[in-house]
Parts: sequence; C-alpha cells; structure tokens
Amino acid sequence: MLRLLILCFLLFSLPSHAAIEAYEFQSAQMEADYNKLISELRCLVCQNQNLADSNAELAKDLRKQTHEMLTQGKTPDQVVQYMIDRYGDFVLYRPRLKTDTLLLWFGPFALLVLVLWLVIRVMRKKQKLVPPTNDALQRAQQLLSDNQEKT
Amino acid sequence: MRFAIPLGIFILMAGLLGYGLGLDPKKVPSPLIGKPVPSFSLPILHNPQQQMSKDDLLGEAWVLNVWASWCVACRAEHKYITRLGDMKLVKVIGLNYKDDPEDARNWLLKLGNSYTASLMDQDGRVGIDWGVYGVPETFIIDKEGIIQYKYIGPINQEILDNEIVPLLRELMS
Repeated sequence: MLRLLILCFLLFSLPSHAAIEAYEFQSAQMEADYNKLISELRCLVCQNQNLADSNAELAKDLRKQTHEMLTQGKTPDQVVQYMIDRYGDFVLYRPRLKTDTLLLWFGPFALLVLVLWLVIRVMRKKQKLVPPTNDALQRAQQLLSDNQEKT
Repeated sequence: MRFAIPLGIFILMAGLLGYGLGLDPKKVPSPLIGKPVPSFSLPILHNPQQQMSKDDLLGEAWVLNVWASWCVACRAEHKYITRLGDMKLVKVIGLNYKDDPEDARNWLLKLGNSYTASLMDQDGRVGIDWGVYGVPETFIIDKEGIIQYKYIGPINQEILDNEIVPLLRELMS
C-alpha cells in the first residue's frame, strides 16, 4: 500500500520549475550556477516570479542569456551585474547591501528592537509597586476592622 | 492622551500604505537613464538589407519607441506616436521587438507609419540591452547619445504634451 502511494506521488508530482528548455552544461558546477542564478533573478514581466518559474517570453530569453554567458565562461557575478546594468536592482530577489537598501535590510530588526523596548517599558510600568495613599490605607483598615467585628 | 501613540502609529502606517497604493509596481526605475545608448546594429524593417546603428543617430536628439504587432497596448498608443512623428521634431525610431517582419509591415500599413524607420529586433537581444520588459516603451536620447527619459507602457496625449514634447524641445535648444 505504501509503495503504491509513493508511486502515485512520484507519478503525479508536479515539476517545481517551469523552465522547460533542455540546456547542456559543460560541468555540474555550471549547471548549479545556472540554477542558482535563475532562481535568484526576478522576472520583470511577472514580478512575483523568478526567472526559473516564469513562462514569460522575456524570462525565456533571459534564461537563454544566462546560459550563454555561463557557457562563455562568465562568472555568476558577471551575469548578475549584466542584469542589474539593464534592469536595475529590482531584478535581484536578494537586494545588495548598500546605502539605498540599509532600511530594507535592517529596518525590520530596528522595528523589533523598538517594539521590544516599548513592551518592556510598559511591563515595567505595570509592575511597579505604588505605596497606597492614606485614604486607601484608612479604608482598608476600616474594612478589616468591620470584618473582625462581624465574626 | 492614552491613544496618542497608537493613533500616531496608525496614521503613519495609513499614510505610508496610502502612498504605496498610488505607486505603480510595474514602473521600475531604469538604470539606463543618464547612460549612453547601448550599441546596436539592426536591419531596417522596410529595407532589411540595410542596417542602422547607434552611430547613425548620434548628433541629434531622437526617440526610440519599442513596439510589436502582437502588442495590444501598442495599438492604443500608436496614434500618439504618429502624432509625435508628424510633428517632425526629431527622428522617431521604432524598435520592432520580437515580431514577424511581415506582420509588422502589415500592422504599419493598416495603422499608419510615421516612424523615421523601424528596426527589427527579432530575437529580442537589443531589447534586453535596453532593459525592455514591457512593450510598449519609449526612450528619449539626447544629441550626445545619452538616454534621458524612459516611459514604460503606452504613452497618451498627456504624457506627450507634458513630458515628451517639452523634454525634446529642451534637448533641441
């Protein structure tokens, strides 16, 4: 039964990549570079997909371009730079660390620290013991003595 | 007073989100603005034996309009490009992006052709060099061959009157 189930999963599993081109690579390293690049570069036509997942014409062309450049002996960094030169930083799913992107990289952490500080401050305030005022003290004593009289 | 801080945060966030709503995520700033035109040499649509390169256009301001017969938005935009071409201000060069030449010529025959010339970029390689990702796109290049302006998507009368024509007049003066 389990075997049958596994067989079904294998038969009907959907490929995770839309890229259908069969490219040949000179080395396993190059293939790994290629796959890494197309998964980290954004398709500009369908902006929430990377080049690997997109079926857009442009994504197809850019995959071809990536493969060609790697075959020509370009490094992955050179391919990335080539894309940035034409399409801007937006092609990167993982933005580079520079002054423009500082807020993007560290904003969430800054926000976290700020919120933590606020929470701690509020909690401290709530915990702080305030000595009772004279009125409250008198009233408490009154209540206590009332209670004693009744019993 | 108790609500001042949450209210402040709320107003700030609402403001930011409201501002974000007004932005068009399809408009990605082009890194090519202020950079020299990428080099190209392409056959001319109506005379494929002849090539046109970036050097042929150096020395005067010009417009590059990326279009294709399969592109629906280009059809909507075409009359404004025709208007721009008819003004005879500058050369309006068409970049016929990933198109069938026959379809492209028929398209122009039907809708009118005021391009100085259209260049055939059949494999889309020149398009990649120009960072084209959504046809139609319109570029303005100055006489030194520096890209000064890019508009993504179909231009309209407003863009023509308020942005393109004033910039061209400025570059020509």
